[in-house]
Amino acid sequence: MDNHGSHITEYKVLVRVLFVLLLCTFLTISVTGFNLGAFTVTIALLIAGFKSYMVLSYFMHLKYESLLLRILVSMVFVLFIIIVLITFIDYSFR
Amino acid sequence: MSTEYISFLEHQGKYKGIRSWIFATDHKRIAFLYMYAIASFFLIGAILGLLMRIELISPGETIMKPQTYNGLFTVHGIIMIFMVVIPGLSAVFGNFFLPILIGAKDVAFPKLNLFSWWLFMLGSILAVASQLLKSGPPDTGWTFYAPYSTTTGTNVITATTAAFILGFSSILTGLNFIVTVHRMRAPGMKFFNMPLFPWAIYATAWIQLLATPVVGITLIMLIAERLFGIGFFNPDLGGDPVLFQHLFWIYSHPAVYIMILPAMGVITEIIPTFCQKKVYGYKAIAMSSLAIAGVGFLVWGHHMYTSGMSEQARWFFSLLTFLVAVPSAIKVFNWISTMYKGSIDMKPPFLFALFFIFLFMIGGLTGLILGSVATDIQVHDTSFIVAHFHYIIFGGMGFAFFAAIHYWLPKMYGKMYNFTRANIAAVALFIGFNLLYFPQFLIGIQGMPRRYFDYPPRFQWAQITSTIGGFILVSAVILMITNLIIGVRRGAKAPANPWNGTTLEWQIPSPPSLENFDEEPLVKENPYDYK
Repeated sequence: MDNHGSHITEYKVLVRVLFVLLLCTFLTISVTGFNLGAFTVTIALLIAGFKSYMVLSYFMHLKYESLLLRILVSMVFVLFIIIVLITFIDYSFR
Repeated sequence: MSTEYISFLEHQGKYKGIRSWIFATDHKRIAFLYMYAIASFFLIGAILGLLMRIELISPGETIMKPQTYNGLFTVHGIIMIFMVVIPGLSAVFGNFFLPILIGAKDVAFPKLNLFSWWLFMLGSILAVASQLLKSGPPDTGWTFYAPYSTTTGTNVITATTAAFILGFSSILTGLNFIVTVHRMRAPGMKFFNMPLFPWAIYATAWIQLLATPVVGITLIMLIAERLFGIGFFNPDLGGDPVLFQHLFWIYSHPAVYIMILPAMGVITEIIPTFCQKKVYGYKAIAMSSLAIAGVGFLVWGHHMYTSGMSEQARWFFSLLTFLVAVPSAIKVFNWISTMYKGSIDMKPPFLFALFFIFLFMIGGLTGLILGSVATDIQVHDTSFIVAHFHYIIFGGMGFAFFAAIHYWLPKMYGKMYNFTRANIAAVALFIGFNLLYFPQFLIGIQGMPRRYFDYPPRFQWAQITSTIGGFILVSAVILMITNLIIGVRRGAKAPANPWNGTTLEWQIPSPPSLENFDEEPLVKENPYDYK
C-alpha cells in the first residue's frame, strides 16, 4: 500500500477551517432568532452541509485525494438528496 | 533454510487452539469463523422453518399455539435475514477470496475485520436470546412494523438491539472491502482487470456502508419510542407509522441486493470456469453490479403500495422497480451467452449455478408482478410474497452459497469431495425447494395470507405439499453438508487448480499460505482468458 503521496495540511489551514466552522455554528444559532417560516430548516441544513464540506475537504483530506474518490463521496450526497426527494413525493401529495 | 510449504491452516501464529481462531486477523481464518457461525444459525433457522411447516400441515392448531407461531416466524426471519443471508456470501467468500482475487495479502484493516466478526457474534447471541428471554419472542415479524412494535409486550428491544449491532458489523465489513479494493490491488491490476466477484463484492460493500446506517437509526428511534414514549411512529403520540416503513425499507430493500449481488458474482465466476470460455460482456456485468446497487436504493416504496402512500409515489416507485430489472436481466443474458458454444463440464458447482439461474428467474419475474401496483395490491401480504422472496433469497443467495462452497472448498481446505453425492444432493435440494415454495404462489393468488397460523381446508393440499418439500429440502441439506464434511476429513488432496480456472486463486496452492502470494501475482489483462 502506497502512502508516500499523502498530503500534510499546514496547521494554519486547519486553524482557519476551525474558525470558519465555529463561525458557522454561531450563524446557525443566530438564524434561529429570525422567523424564516418554512425556510428555517432549509437554512440550517445548508449551513450544516457547508460545514460537512469543510470537514470532508480539509480535516478528512478529500481535497487532496484523487478525482475518483471525490466523485464517489459526492455520489453519496447526491444519493442522499435523491432519497429525501423521493420520500417527499409521498408526503407532498398525500 | 527450509522451503517446506506451510498453509494458513498449519501456520503457527501467536495463539494456539481455539484462540488461534477467535483472535485471528488473517482474512481466511475470519472467513471460516463466519462460515461456521452462519452455518449453525442457518440450521437453527431451518429447524424453526420446519416447525412452522409441521404446524401448517393441517388447519387449526397442530403442534403449537398461535403466539408461539408468531414468535417462530419472527425469529426465523431475523435469524435468516440478519444472521445468514445478509452476511452470508460477503462475509464468508468475500473475506476469503476478495483479497486473493485482487492479488492482496489481506484486507485493508485486518483487526477491524476481526472486530466485525465479534460484533456479528454479539448481535447474533442477542437475537437468539430474544427468543428465550422472559417476555417471550418478538411477534412483529422481522420487519418490526410500527405501531404494533411500539406497543407489544414481547422482546422487541432485545431483537432490535441485536439487529442494530449486526448492522454495525455489516457497515464495518463494507468499509473494509471498499478500502481493500481501492488500496490493495496488486500492481498492474486496474479496476477493469479485476475478476467479477470482486466487482460484485465492491458494489455490495457500498450498499452495506450507505444503507445500513438508515436502519440503525430507525431501530434506535423505535427503541426510544418504546422506552421514552417519543412519538416518532405511533399515531396516538403524534407519530407516522408510514415513516417507519419508509425508513425501514430504505435499508431493507437495498439489503436484498446485499444478499443477491455477491450471489451473482459467484455465478459469474463459476460459469466461465465450467464452460472454459471467456465471460461474455465483462464490462456489462461489472457495470450492471453498480447499476443494481445504485437503482436498488430508489425502489423501496414497492413494499408499501397498500400502506397509504400517495398515488404519485406509488406510480414513481413502480416505474423505478421495473428499471432495476434491466441490469439483473443483463447478467442473466450474459451468463447464458457465456455458456453458448462453451465446453461445458457438469460438475456440482455448475449444476448449482444452473439451478440458481432457474430459481432466480422465477423469483425475478414474480418480482415484476409485485412491482406493478395493480397486481401487487391483489397479492400483497399473501403467501405469494413468501414464495417470491424465498425464490430470490434461498433460490438465489442460498443456491449461490451452495455453488460457492462446492466451487471453492478445494481451495479453502485443500481437499476434494464426492461429486456423485454432491450432484444427488443438488437435485434433491432443487426438487424439495420447488415442492416447498411453488404451491405458495398458487394459494397466494387465491388469497392465503402470509403469517397466518390457520387457513381454510381448501388450501391444505398446498400446505401438505410444501411440508413434504420442506422435509426433502432439509434431508438434502443434511446430505450435502455430510458429503462436504467427509470430503474435508477424508477426501483426496486437492490440486492447486482442480477446475482449470484462470483467476488468481487458482495460481496459488490449496489451501493458500498465510500471505496468499509468496511472489507477486501475475495479473492478466482479462481475468477469464481461456485461450
